Amino acid sequence: MAQTFSEKVLGRRAGRSVRAGEVITVAPDTYLSHDNASAIIGEFKKLGLKKVAAPEKIVIVLDHIVPAADEKYAQNHKIIREFVAEQGIPNFYDIHSGVCHQVFSEAGFALPGKVIMGSDSHTTTYGALGAFSAGIGRTEMASLWATDEIWLRLPETLRIELAGKLGLGVYAKDVILKIIGDNGADRANYEAVEFAGPAAGDFSLASRMVLANMAAEMGAKNGYFEPDDKTLEWLRTRAKADYEIVKSDPEATYEAVLKYDLSTIEPQIACPHAVDNVKLVSAVEGRKFDQALIGTCTNGRLEDLEIAAKILIGKKIHPRIRALVLPASREVYLGALKKGLIEIFVEAKCVILNPGCGPCLGAHEGILAPGEVVVGTSNRNFKGRMGSRDSEIYLASPATVAASALEGKITDPRKYLS
Amino acid sequence: MKGKVWKYGNDVNTDVIFPGKYTYAPMKPEEMAKHALEDLDPEFAKNVKAGDVVVAGKNFGCGSSREQAAACLKAAGVQAVVAKSFARIYFRNAINLGLPVLQSEEAADNLRAGDEVEVDFAGGAITSGGRVFKFPPLPDSVIGILQAGGLIEWTKKKLKSGK
Repeated sequence: MAQTFSEKVLGRRAGRSVRAGEVITVAPDTYLSHDNASAIIGEFKKLGLKKVAAPEKIVIVLDHIVPAADEKYAQNHKIIREFVAEQGIPNFYDIHSGVCHQVFSEAGFALPGKVIMGSDSHTTTYGALGAFSAGIGRTEMASLWATDEIWLRLPETLRIELAGKLGLGVYAKDVILKIIGDNGADRANYEAVEFAGPAAGDFSLASRMVLANMAAEMGAKNGYFEPDDKTLEWLRTRAKADYEIVKSDPEATYEAVLKYDLSTIEPQIACPHAVDNVKLVSAVEGRKFDQALIGTCTNGRLEDLEIAAKILIGKKIHPRIRALVLPASREVYLGALKKGLIEIFVEAKCVILNPGCGPCLGAHEGILAPGEVVVGTSNRNFKGRMGSRDSEIYLASPATVAASALEGKITDPRKYLS
Repeated sequence: MKGKVWKYGNDVNTDVIFPGKYTYAPMKPEEMAKHALEDLDPEFAKNVKAGDVVVAGKNFGCGSSREQAAACLKAAGVQAVVAKSFARIYFRNAINLGLPVLQSEEAADNLRAGDEVEVDFAGGAITSGGRVFKFPPLPDSVIGILQAGGLIEWTKKKLKSGK
């Protein structure tokens, strides 16, 4: 019987053939947490257990407020470091490391065919490498630490077939914004989203991570790209464990198949206050704003910084703009340093932030005042997310954000890329 | 238990239910309640009463995995959230914390802000002024978690019985 990727992976764990809609109990391979590990520790302690069930499966990356912005956050981090030492958790990444999803992938935990749970909604990112990965809450993570078990409802799969070549100045971010804008923020609620078709393999792994990351903004449980030579090459020196590539069968049953011709997509921008409020950049060109943000777990990888630097090289940002650059990880930061990108950003009067979540979730490092507007490469533009409830967030590609930072108003990047 | 309806629209996201700036430091439930729906309806936290019901459109709780978005409503005394649909992680979080989340398109369309409602969890019905709105009964596994008072209590029982 033909099966989707998710049916195969979860069916193997359940030890029987399963179909979408069934509820099964599985022991995941790895579970990720970040600064919310301290709240998880609090819940775990209520269970009255001395030891976690499988310390080697736990990965903790401090990324949300790094370094600690105040005493409360410092205490939060301290609780986590003490728990890591006490429990003998081998995979702990402190404040210098970067955003959890990038660090987790670079460190070789995100592997084809693995079942990964993370206490963060963007855990969908590892589908870019062929893993089954989904976000859960803190209490559920505490229970997982205690029991090494979780119940999952097998998702139906939405297949998105991509064909054609991207035009100049159009990137993975524009593609996923277009898809979310067309189909709505709940189109894939409870579903797996499989990115397929001839153009899926054309994307770099970094670009695949943009799509899988933002599958969460369609409500998806997990995203998926079929692993290929690019995946294997990336994993060659990184994989932390053996893995097996799992693919959907050609005759598998999908909830629906959507088709996109990438050559017809133009630069896109999500306007306040919903990720599916997507317009053409050209339709909102000229809108003035205050802060630019280039980076995050969505668009903070080397290829993103390269695109931004290509536009900013030898120039200064508009004097009214504050521009923040947030590499997704220490590895990305080092890569950007070696390529001279950081120098280009600093010369352009950008502010370089420590790899991590930065201001994306509104806790520190670039919070917005009432009436201010940010144009960023992050993944959410909910009202008040980056500061005041009277501020506004636009989401776009690194190219659009860099071009807009130069002009002090929303700008179509194509004129800088001819 | 009877309560009043607080009515909202589609795609009520986690960040307007519970802002990120409060999310990564420890906070007691009664303090969380004071910030519930802060960026959507500042009147809510001031005026909500035990037993009140939040009614909304589709995709309630979309966005972050932050559990406080469910915890703050429970701490504020909300007896249930009724919506056309729930975002996946929010649905799990709410159950895991013992906050009933009920899916009813009809109730979401017809109930108005300020309506007095009563929820019959066992019978799968919401009643208001003579109107009855049915909701699909929750799966047994979910009812077990709700009855235990949330996932932590449920897991405690499971650990006890398993060892």
